[in-house]
Amino acid sequence: MAVEAFLSAAIAHSARPVATATGERAGIRLLLIAIALAFLGFFLFLPLVAVFVEAFREGAAAYAASLAEPETAAAIRLTLTVAAIAVPLNLVFGVAAAWSIAKFEFKGKAFLITLIDLPFSVSPVIAGLVYVLLFGAGSALGPWLKAHGIEVLFAVPGIVLATVFVTFPFVARELIPLMQEQGSGDEEAAISLGASGWQTFWHVTLPNIRWGLLYGVLLCNARAMGEFGAVSVVSGRIRGLTNTMPLQVEILYNEYNSVAAFAVASLLAMLALVTLGLKSLLEHRFADAIAAKNH
Amino acid sequence: MDVSIRKVRKEFDRFAALHEVSLDIASGELIALLGPSGSGKTTLLRLIAGLESPSAGAIFFGEEDASRKSVQERNVGFVFQHYALFRHMTVAQNVGFGLKVRPAATRPPKAEIRRRADELLELVQLSGLGGRYPHQLSGGQRQRVALARALAIEPRVLLLDEPFGALDAQVRRELRRWLRGIHDATGHTTVFVTHDQEEALELADRVVVMSQGRIEQIGTADEIYDSPNSPFVFGFIGDSSRLPVRVANGQLWLQDRTIGLAARGIPDGDATLYFRPHQIELLDGCGGCIAGTVVASRRVAASRRVELEVGGERHRVEIELPAGDPAAGKSRIAFRPKRWAVFPDRLAGQPGLAERNVPGRPEPELALTGV
Amino acid sequence: MAAALTGAGWRFRRPSVIPGFGLTLGFTLVYLSLIVLIPLSGIVWRSASLGTAQFWAIATDERTVKALKISFGASLLAATVNVLFGTVVAWVLVRYRFPGRRLVDAVVDLPFALPTAVAGIALTAIYAPNGWIGSLLAPYGIKVAFTPLGIVIALIFIGLPFVVRTVQPVMEEIDKEVEEVAATLGAHRFQTIARVILPGLAPAILTGYALAFARAVGEYGSVIFIAGNIPYVSEIAPLLIVIRLEEYDYAAATGIAAIMLAISFAMLFVINLLQAWSRRRYGYGG
Repeated sequence: MAVEAFLSAAIAHSARPVATATGERAGIRLLLIAIALAFLGFFLFLPLVAVFVEAFREGAAAYAASLAEPETAAAIRLTLTVAAIAVPLNLVFGVAAAWSIAKFEFKGKAFLITLIDLPFSVSPVIAGLVYVLLFGAGSALGPWLKAHGIEVLFAVPGIVLATVFVTFPFVARELIPLMQEQGSGDEEAAISLGASGWQTFWHVTLPNIRWGLLYGVLLCNARAMGEFGAVSVVSGRIRGLTNTMPLQVEILYNEYNSVAAFAVASLLAMLALVTLGLKSLLEHRFADAIAAKNH
Repeated sequence: MDVSIRKVRKEFDRFAALHEVSLDIASGELIALLGPSGSGKTTLLRLIAGLESPSAGAIFFGEEDASRKSVQERNVGFVFQHYALFRHMTVAQNVGFGLKVRPAATRPPKAEIRRRADELLELVQLSGLGGRYPHQLSGGQRQRVALARALAIEPRVLLLDEPFGALDAQVRRELRRWLRGIHDATGHTTVFVTHDQEEALELADRVVVMSQGRIEQIGTADEIYDSPNSPFVFGFIGDSSRLPVRVANGQLWLQDRTIGLAARGIPDGDATLYFRPHQIELLDGCGGCIAGTVVASRRVAASRRVELEVGGERHRVEIELPAGDPAAGKSRIAFRPKRWAVFPDRLAGQPGLAERNVPGRPEPELALTGV
Repeated sequence: MAAALTGAGWRFRRPSVIPGFGLTLGFTLVYLSLIVLIPLSGIVWRSASLGTAQFWAIATDERTVKALKISFGASLLAATVNVLFGTVVAWVLVRYRFPGRRLVDAVVDLPFALPTAVAGIALTAIYAPNGWIGSLLAPYGIKVAFTPLGIVIALIFIGLPFVVRTVQPVMEEIDKEVEEVAATLGAHRFQTIARVILPGLAPAILTGYALAFARAVGEYGSVIFIAGNIPYVSEIAPLLIVIRLEEYDYAAATGIAAIMLAISFAMLFVINLLQAWSRRRYGYGG
């Protein structure tokens, strides 16, 4: 039924009078659409469905039971805690960086932007490794930290640091092009009317960038909650203490506790779906307000 | 190649872009499609090219029904306002593209394509720039490349859509003369779209004035300017002033006074008088003229534009006097148009009907005699 | 020289009435240094202190070489697949209207939003010999999960949106008139696509390819579940780093990381060069 409706709609659109200057024939159109959908189906849609199917393989009760495990609950708490620290940090940084880069002209700006993007081109495992090298037993800081009883590695601070690293550019790279495009005319007008810097930011700049900011925060949060590689290197995987949700998924999966692993995974998948939903909502409703996406 | 457009209609969804348009273009003619935006001129051009297909009617190239052929088969040269050059190709590759994509049987050898491209670049005065990329050229140069590219396929018809619209005034004027030269040298049947009347009147053999999906008038520059056949054409081409009048007993009346202009063949009733602000004669008080109070006067280059309030209803009309004319200092001026036309009101603003009406012909002698 | 010193010819920044430059730039630089630059420089410093001989021994260790080959080979293959299909997906999304198009458009970003570990176990479940697709392939003797092919599958998943989202906006900007002009010049649809549209998209496609490739090389989470992780066969470089770390062999971990970083930065540099070259030559970049 759905397939028929789909085909007839696709053909109806293609079968307009034969002004084929800039279109393909109906058959080619259908073929290309079919290829694209099949590809996306196999590689994107099917895995998503599989998460939920596997999670409910032994029924809703087993699903609920595995989520109620204290270790899983602890992992959920830790993930929320880490995101609650990492996202605001990068939010403040993103706004500050975008303000300095978009509102002022100074030497070395392009280089600074490249540096901000740097974490995107570093493997998550390496992101974890850099903190192991910095705070680990073999480092200069390691013995000092140990002597003062400060735990960074294999503890929450390390996980937060690794998460901050991998989500570092999200807000900034969303705001920089947006604020550059908006220019600084509004701010100059506000200053000339006697507003202070903070007043200008709160009443003029922020309303202009709020949707772009939200967009960046959304992506930043999704990555912060879902990060695996970097966190797995610094976490030490101490059950109930330093396991985030993605790490918990790995542990349960490696213990052949498939239902529990997919149950936790399903929560993360739902987070992804909510993120995607909000993201496309933002893109459609506020296309102009977040328009300066140059990627 | 003659082009004959026969009762062509074009609808987009439900919006009618063209209503039954017919037009015959003689071989070698240079035709301008002139009209405001939304008049259907670009749609007509795209229909000739085959970029759109007509909802009804047919387009003939000579004896052949071109509307049955695809764009690729029509062999038309098309030039867009924004050049539409292939930016990843050099100038020479752009020009040679149409030859290069021909089927193997009719495709000239590489060296020949290169030679043809060089030849055309010489024709458009861009010799030596064949190796450049489009972004390295000025707007005027890009448009000349676009023209050379269109000419390369030896088109049966050359179609240009606002070819100079994206260029600044100086370059426009140069390219206009240059295009006329190219046309005279190559003799292609050429149709170009413009909203610039100066361009149309200066460049074209015949001008087709369009409005709201219809052809208003077809004629030479002289015919269009001197004998506009509808209120739209009178208002669209050149400066014009309007005044509501009444037709009775073969005369034009402003309220209870006659203006001194005869209106033969116009049915009695309300009508609108159109005249050129500079084609008037001043009178000293009168029994048959238009008289009004001066409300504003502006000096524009060599002339002075004077705005008058006429009659009890205070209609405003503008007339143009030589800058030094002593009349400009008066507070009240009486005049009578030398060239004019009058259109009955119930038809005015309805171009389809106006086409069929018989406007009062400009009759200066008669106007001079007064009544 | 004198001009530069007195500031007449050279200024660090152009004056502006807007306040907050010192505060925001200062914060940006401090935060950037603490979170990114100082930790990253630790890798450089550590690997520099390894000494040439030791570094060479790590770099030429057979397991390291194999792991790097597998990482880069699988990434190359996955990015190639993504360029082919990603361009088709972008084309379909930009040019055709069909029911559910907006949904499909949104789903393309799934790999950005779905945690890699989740993607990893889900793909494994599907492509394992008893999974939905794996069981269809098994009778033909094709094994996907727990083989290098599985790595490629995971990397295709990870890299797809990079290609689509890079090519799509450029495709949307294609001037329709350019296609129309090609048609009037006698080019058939296929010729127009092959000679006019695709060359115009080439910089974007190349950029998408490089981004997908760069992401794939560093990918860890989605791969380790499906790869089987057999040393010399299906063990990727990031996994080898983790293994060396767990063996407390910090030197080896750092060495491999340094090699990967060097290659990633070299690629980033090449991408920038390509784009600059394209802008210079054609007046547009990817």
